[in-house]
Amino acid sequence: MKKTYKIEVDCANCANKMEEAAKKAAGVADATVNFMTQKMIVVFEDGADAAAVMQDVVSRCKKVEEDCEIYL
Amino acid sequence: MTKKQKKMLIRILVTAALLIGLHFVPEDGPLQGIPLFLMYLVPYGIIGYDILRKAWKGIRNRQVFDENFLMAVATVGALAIGLLKTGDYVEAVAVMLFYQIGELFQSYAVGKSRRNISELMDIRPDYANIERDGQLERVDPDEVETGSLIVVNPGEKIPIDGIVESGNAVLNTGALTGESMPREVRNGDEVVSGCINMSGVLRIRTTREFGESTVSKILDLVENASNRKSRSENFISRFAKYYTPAVVFGALALAVIPPLFDGQWGEWIYRALTFLVISCPCALVISIPLSFFAGIGGAGKAGILVKGSNYLEALSKTGIMVFDKTGTLTRGEFEVTAIHHSPLAEEELLEYAALAEASSSHPIAVSIRKAHGKALDLSRVTDVAETGGCGVTVRIDGRDVAAGNDRLMEKLGIAYRACHRTGTIVHMAIDGEYAGHIVISDVDKPTAKEAVEALKANGVRQTVMLTGDGKAVAEETAARLGIDRVYSGLLPADKVSRVEELLESKQGKEILAFAGDGINDAPVLSRADLGIAMGALGSDAAIEAADIVLMDDNPLKIAKAIRIARKCMRIVYENIVFAIGIKAVCLLLSALGLANMGLAIFADVGVMIIAVLNAIRALFPGKERGAQHGKGTPAASA
Repeated sequence: MKKTYKIEVDCANCANKMEEAAKKAAGVADATVNFMTQKMIVVFEDGADAAAVMQDVVSRCKKVEEDCEIYL
Repeated sequence: MTKKQKKMLIRILVTAALLIGLHFVPEDGPLQGIPLFLMYLVPYGIIGYDILRKAWKGIRNRQVFDENFLMAVATVGALAIGLLKTGDYVEAVAVMLFYQIGELFQSYAVGKSRRNISELMDIRPDYANIERDGQLERVDPDEVETGSLIVVNPGEKIPIDGIVESGNAVLNTGALTGESMPREVRNGDEVVSGCINMSGVLRIRTTREFGESTVSKILDLVENASNRKSRSENFISRFAKYYTPAVVFGALALAVIPPLFDGQWGEWIYRALTFLVISCPCALVISIPLSFFAGIGGAGKAGILVKGSNYLEALSKTGIMVFDKTGTLTRGEFEVTAIHHSPLAEEELLEYAALAEASSSHPIAVSIRKAHGKALDLSRVTDVAETGGCGVTVRIDGRDVAAGNDRLMEKLGIAYRACHRTGTIVHMAIDGEYAGHIVISDVDKPTAKEAVEALKANGVRQTVMLTGDGKAVAEETAARLGIDRVYSGLLPADKVSRVEELLESKQGKEILAFAGDGINDAPVLSRADLGIAMGALGSDAAIEAADIVLMDDNPLKIAKAIRIARKCMRIVYENIVFAIGIKAVCLLLSALGLANMGLAIFADVGVMIIAVLNAIRALFPGKERGAQHGKGTPAASA
């Protein structure tokens, strides 16, 4: 299952860091952060609970980049 | 400007004002020492509080070495030096101030270019007029159900794909193809969303929902294209990952090792801090994706849909260009191209032929009737006898007329003249006597020859044509258009094998691109390095199968696409070299103590802004090279 989220992030390096952090979250098969369009695309593993996984993704991202926002 | 940006602007202005005001406080006056320090803390706090907070959070989250930390340490250090020694606090506040100005510039520049580029492709229709009970209602296009009747007035965009139920109009397909080629439509014609109605009211029965209509699909495609990252972008991401810790260690070494020898801790720490500020890879990490975003946006405006940054990159390296013949380089329609050896006037012969073929739906019959162009009085035709594979014999106005190929003439015992021209030959015989033949062939697209020339001028090493047609026709076409190699008589599976052979023959890192009409060429499109589908206006299958989609069927667009791609890559390399070059020089200067914080901030923010401005150039296709000027370059405004 693939879902796209609108995000707000100020710098491109931080967008990369967010991408790395999101990929490491449990239940995430793959993640892409597009700084230009301010979108994050998450491919969830089979059977993963999107809402729960995204909570984990948000907290991981906030750790690497305080200023970022992910609109769930 | 966003709210956040406006707030920052106010903070900057207030701080600047305070700094200027404080400048007039006399140094020897009553306000010295601690009170002066406290007064300078005010502008410092206003401009720097969020940096300090982020630095603190960074330490807590174990992400210590980022820009905020550096700025915090540098300015706190400067304040400390001011407090303990010089009494000069201006540098600390000024550094923070200029840093924030730079960050604001960056955020504004990137945001504005991103918006400009997105707006370039803003072809989305905002509303639809639904006809309900004889009344026109303006609604959100999303609300229109399939099968509804919508009305499009002159000047309006067609919001949803559908079929014209009534009305005639001329449409402007510019939003989709990048060229304002007018297209006439009338009752029963399919129309595609995104076109602008230039004249005449159209009533259209929708065949899809808004989200599934062509315009939405195209917008999705272009917007999401930058999700697929190019190799350059992946390289920069990896580079940044290793580069950052390397630079931190370098700075640490700079801060700690030399002072062990000469004891100048303050000096070396200052140098290490400027070193770190200069080293920020922001310029690279922002400008490269922006270049691709701009390139894809500019291409989209020209009617060239690139489905990923990686495809734009690949396009720039195209060395072998493989074409399908029918429908790609030729119109795929048969036309009467010549009439030879006829004792009658051409018009007359055509009339006989058209009458003879009046009831046939064979493409050859269709082309003859088209060439004749006039109404046919079928009452003149009797005794129609069709011989499969040979032709037809009829009686027209009481005369025996035969129209067919060599075999028919042989059967009837009529001596015929062969044609030196390639194509399909229809011999005519009237009352047992040979009356000449009509040559029917597939016609080149008007820009085909120019297109091949333009490709060669843009770095394509070899052009190849694949076709199922016979050898003679294929080779003649190839020679006419200037194509290097031709393979004829191919079945679809053969085409794939030929492409595989050509892939083996690639030189160096060049890319093999295949251009076809998308529907029949799906296997070849996927086998080639790069699949280009042409004439895809409205064809979902083509948009799906290919990596690059040309919205109109003009082969000259392929050369334009390559030009855009190469310009984009040139800009990417320019930015990489420029950014790394300047940074390397400044890093050296800072290690040698020849750089101050001001230069550091330039090397960080200034370089970034220059790189961003350079990246925006990728929006414009650039000058035509080689071939004659084609059908206009879009005047995109930034």
